[in-house]
Amino acid sequence: MTQQRKAVALISGGLDSMLAAKVVMDQGVHVEGINFYTGFCVEGHTHAIRKKDKEKQKRNNALWTAEQLGIKLHIIDISEEYKDIVLNPKHGYGAHLNPCLDCKIFMVNQAQAWAWAEENGFDFIITGEVIGQRPKSQRKETMPIIARESGADDRLLRPLCAKNLIPTLPEREGWVNRDELFDWSGRSRKPQYALAKKFGFEDFAQPAGGCCFLTDASYSKKLADLWEARGERRYELDDIMLLKVGRHIRPKPNFKVIVSREEGENNFLEGYRKQFPHLRILSHGGPLSLIDGDADKDDIALAARIAARYSGGRTADEVQVQVENFNGTSYVLNVAPLPAEQIPAEWQV
Amino acid sequence: MSEHQLDARRLLCPMPVIRTQNKIKELSAGDTLVVTCTDPGTLSDIPTWCRINGHTVTDTRETDLEIIFTITVGDED
Repeated sequence: MTQQRKAVALISGGLDSMLAAKVVMDQGVHVEGINFYTGFCVEGHTHAIRKKDKEKQKRNNALWTAEQLGIKLHIIDISEEYKDIVLNPKHGYGAHLNPCLDCKIFMVNQAQAWAWAEENGFDFIITGEVIGQRPKSQRKETMPIIARESGADDRLLRPLCAKNLIPTLPEREGWVNRDELFDWSGRSRKPQYALAKKFGFEDFAQPAGGCCFLTDASYSKKLADLWEARGERRYELDDIMLLKVGRHIRPKPNFKVIVSREEGENNFLEGYRKQFPHLRILSHGGPLSLIDGDADKDDIALAARIAARYSGGRTADEVQVQVENFNGTSYVLNVAPLPAEQIPAEWQV
Repeated sequence: MSEHQLDARRLLCPMPVIRTQNKIKELSAGDTLVVTCTDPGTLSDIPTWCRINGHTVTDTRETDLEIIFTITVGDED
């Protein structure tokens, strides 16, 4: 009796990894999924925070994919280890602060190094990469780098473009039939859509990938601003969460104000009130605002004027703002809301 | 069979799922885990994760700010 081989599929929640897993499953291989949480994953976060998005369908696409495929999914928190990839990418950044090639090496390596994968007799790894699909991480010349540097070597199978690459161990050993794999390349999505139709996959996440905040220009700008203001390149998970929420206004290098935009963000920022001095509008309806940085009394007064500008009292002569410190002490300021024209574009991070 | 609690409030998806997954690894089949969340994304994610991994959500309660799941641990994990 032939031994059933076992593979771990990197499931991003996009179409390509879904198809890659399905192609291998259909060859009789037992497949389980793995998904990594870096802290920068787009999945769910901002939609979950903002109340106005509450009516939108919320789902984690990696979980949804696993359920469609009928496979288990193991989600691994790698946010701490991932910092080194973001801060020191050996292969550099993409268009923004996205270290895509290092990221892929790291994730494949994680899958490879994942102790229980070997303990449970997993034989190889599957990814949904396609040559030429992405400018940085999915080029023909970078694919051997990923295989080699990840330590996966020829136990890394890319079913969607395998025929363009040297046969891997699963192909050579006959665990999978190379003839039933694909030779896709380039940015066209037509082959993916055709295969999805054949498999009966509908309602899959589009576009494939693009699941990382680091590929977003405005998010990368906020992260770069944070590093510049601190004078060093470091971050904590709370920092990168807060970059996804509210207006970030930096009137001076030593501090910025994070102003919530609606009730959902207000509730989210409430969770940080013991970590940051914060401002509440007392005289009108208005946002909760956090002050991030080393702000003196004049800075706090300026922050209060900024917060007042985004309150229901923006046209009033005076707005009452409560300033609350870390230690629970508080005082009230009566401030004139800062006129919109006095908040220059360069303050908006 | 014992009952356990998990506080996943103020965590954003997928962290509540990861914490649930890791907690369930420590439990035995038939145990009950009560998970308290605030992220509305968990309404989809936790039941989905339970379905694909062989666990059962036996109760879901929503208040203004919290979502409380009661999960019976299956024997597949």
